[in-house]
Amino acid sequence: MVSALGNAAAVAQSAEALDNQKPVGPGPTKLVLQVNGTRQEIAVEPRETLLDVLRNRLQLTGAKEVCDRATCGGCTVLMNGQPIYACMKLAVEMEGQEILSVEGLGDQKNPTRVQRAFIECDALMCGYCTPGFVMSLTALFHEKKNPTQAEIKKACSGNLCRCGTYPHILKAAQKVVESG
Amino acid sequence: MSEWPKEPKQLGKEHVRYDGPIKVSGRAKFASDIQPGGWLYGMMLRSKWPAARIVAIDLQPALRIPGINAAVVANDPPFIVRFYGQEIAAVAGVSKQACLDALRAIRVESEPLPFVVKEEAALSNASPHVFENQPNAGVPRVLQVGDPNAAFQSADKIVEGFFQTSVQLHHALETHGNTIQLNDDGLTCWASTQGISGVKDSLADNLGVPLDRVRVISEFMGGGFGAKNGAGVEGGLAARLSKEAGGKAVRLMLTRFDEALAVGNRPSSFQKVRLGAKRDGTLVAYQLDAFGTAGYASGGMTAAGGGGAGFPAPYIYQVPNSRVQQTTVAINAGSARAMRAPGHPQASFGMESIVDEMALALSMDPLELRIQNDPSEIRRQQFRIAGDRFGWKAKYRSPGASSGPVKSGVGCGGATWGGGGHGSEAEVQINPDGTVEVRCGTQDLGTGTKTLIAIVAAEVFSTETSAITVRIGDTAFPASGGSGGSTTAASVSPAVFDACQNALRDLSVASGLADPRGTNWGPATSRLRINPVVARGRWKDGLSGHGVGGVQMAEVAVDIETGFIRVNRIVCVQDCGLVVNRLAAISQINGGIIMGLGFALYEERIIDAATGVVLNPNFETYKLPGIADIPEIDIFLQDMPERGVIGIGEPVTVPTAAAIANAVSNAIGKRVTRLPISPAQILVLVGKVPRIPVGAPNGQTGA
Repeated sequence: MVSALGNAAAVAQSAEALDNQKPVGPGPTKLVLQVNGTRQEIAVEPRETLLDVLRNRLQLTGAKEVCDRATCGGCTVLMNGQPIYACMKLAVEMEGQEILSVEGLGDQKNPTRVQRAFIECDALMCGYCTPGFVMSLTALFHEKKNPTQAEIKKACSGNLCRCGTYPHILKAAQKVVESG
Repeated sequence: MSEWPKEPKQLGKEHVRYDGPIKVSGRAKFASDIQPGGWLYGMMLRSKWPAARIVAIDLQPALRIPGINAAVVANDPPFIVRFYGQEIAAVAGVSKQACLDALRAIRVESEPLPFVVKEEAALSNASPHVFENQPNAGVPRVLQVGDPNAAFQSADKIVEGFFQTSVQLHHALETHGNTIQLNDDGLTCWASTQGISGVKDSLADNLGVPLDRVRVISEFMGGGFGAKNGAGVEGGLAARLSKEAGGKAVRLMLTRFDEALAVGNRPSSFQKVRLGAKRDGTLVAYQLDAFGTAGYASGGMTAAGGGGAGFPAPYIYQVPNSRVQQTTVAINAGSARAMRAPGHPQASFGMESIVDEMALALSMDPLELRIQNDPSEIRRQQFRIAGDRFGWKAKYRSPGASSGPVKSGVGCGGATWGGGGHGSEAEVQINPDGTVEVRCGTQDLGTGTKTLIAIVAAEVFSTETSAITVRIGDTAFPASGGSGGSTTAASVSPAVFDACQNALRDLSVASGLADPRGTNWGPATSRLRINPVVARGRWKDGLSGHGVGGVQMAEVAVDIETGFIRVNRIVCVQDCGLVVNRLAAISQINGGIIMGLGFALYEERIIDAATGVVLNPNFETYKLPGIADIPEIDIFLQDMPERGVIGIGEPVTVPTAAAIANAVSNAIGKRVTRLPISPAQILVLVGKVPRIPVGAPNGQTGA
């Protein structure tokens, strides 16, 4: 009971702090983003999502808009190494954060080991969901060298594929594990 | 008649995807990624009424929103909308946010009309009519073979059942849509489509642009499954917006919500089935009385689907006497489109369920009953192979036989599909530096068409696939037709084979070398000087075949306390003639099975009867199979190279749901009668849901 009251007080305090902030917008706001190791200075409306900014302002179209509400993982990028749904973050929240999109991994000629395993195991079909899965697994392998099958499935549980490439994605992940 | 090489070096091997590197690196540009200079964002306003007369649309407030360049109406009022989500207007502007503001600003004056969204209700005479002065139920299609009445009288056993399947949505991950630029020079369209030629024809026709001024490009597209054949209403609107915006390109992609409303689905089915057999297991009589809905219209006619809610019956098994009656009933909902093996999964579920019931009535092994009544020699063989791999004899037990709260069960089902090739064309260019380019106006839906082209060309030129450059997805290339009905591999492979053979012959003539392949390749091509060899080819008889079978078996575990179903294993035995790329074929089969698993257990579009609104237009509430739902999948791909190339995309999704439903029924000892098989249905079937007696006050449950 005491802790519930304490929580309520904390929430009230942070709400007050928010109220005291000077609101940005509604017009374009200047913003500095750190994407794939590059500093990007842009002006965006405060209501633009990170996904919209990546795709439509920075021409980084690897992250896809599939559901636009955190249910499919097509827009997965890494924020400070953690996978996030880019459709669920406002770009203005991303100042000071390190964003890594699929374009920041390997290119066609120099794929990362996760990307190479996807190619070799045919872990993609139409390819629309592929960058999202690649990012989720990249984050996993940064964190764990030898993830279990259950951990691999959990890492991909926020990503959907309609072509049904899951068995080959699991194979690709296994290949990365085996390659050490 | 042409023939494939008897001892191929490339055909039938495992090849990685031609466009794997560009896709895994996020560099592949899909229709939704294309951003020509000065491009505008496009969005659509849709009807919030399931039925209404649209009296007036005022676009002026939208045009006053900052950043909005154009606004158009879908139709000139007055007009009638017949489903929630029907297109009303569209806007184009500099950002999605500006477009969202503009859509909210459009003023629509409407008069709501009565509507109906449930199939059973729509059949009633008292129901509102989807189309004025027209009954909702179409004229039933009736087909009678032999003398079913007499055959039922002579049958030793008769079983009956009523089976339902729900409306399934395609939900390709890339939504429908295009990026279109229409100016005085003509029209360029980057489309997410299964048929660039069809999109070209429909846009030219719709907008009055001559065909020589229309170019459609689809280098990469994010899935179709039957729903992406024409330019769609959205294509016409994007083109008109582009024109009105002074020729700026407009990218108009649908939202995920839109996908659930207006761009296709698999029709529902309600099947009253009756089956009669002799004591020895010979099926003698079949009767079907079925209806279903394909939405407000009768469903899109495509290469693969005849429209309507009908399906083949009796499915795959030989029953000499049958009476089949099928009706398509209109409701106020988005129209159906061909969906991966149109009609077949519904047909398979009804038929395989009633065949299992018959096996029980006759005390026969359901696998043996199938083999006894299947007229296809290939499929009889497949049932036996699958049975051995699966361990059917050891695993099959009488229904509900397992002890404890988690029941295990097994089931099986079969499929048939036509496929076959059509008049695709292709062009091959051999350059003086020895490089090879193959051009074909087909498109790659994720099936691996580019890879297939590289394999065929490498085979003819005795080289590696990495030496071939493949260009597809552009109407500037030789026409190849749409990708539907599992016909692409069987159409494109022969055309490319023919073009490569012609090119090889021309190279031989031009270089004076009898066989320019192998070590002769460099010397031969270097003699070409300024004129590369350019040769055309066409689909030819003898290189492709049609007609496949396919059998699947499923093993499931059902928790009767929670209703949770776990599919543990699927065995699939599938023929597809000459396998071109074994790796991609396996990927396709996995995909078909997983889509079938969704149809069996999760997928159902739900419309609220009171409001006519689709209640689950997103992935939170319309569940697709995820990675944790995937069973162990064991695939046996039967090679029959002598039959030529045959498609594989569709047959592999057909029997999955029937096999799973039979396995669930076998596990719990009660017949599953409705797809998807929700946990709630399981709990009802096993008597775990308290029933409320009629007349009992609320809150008081009966025994």
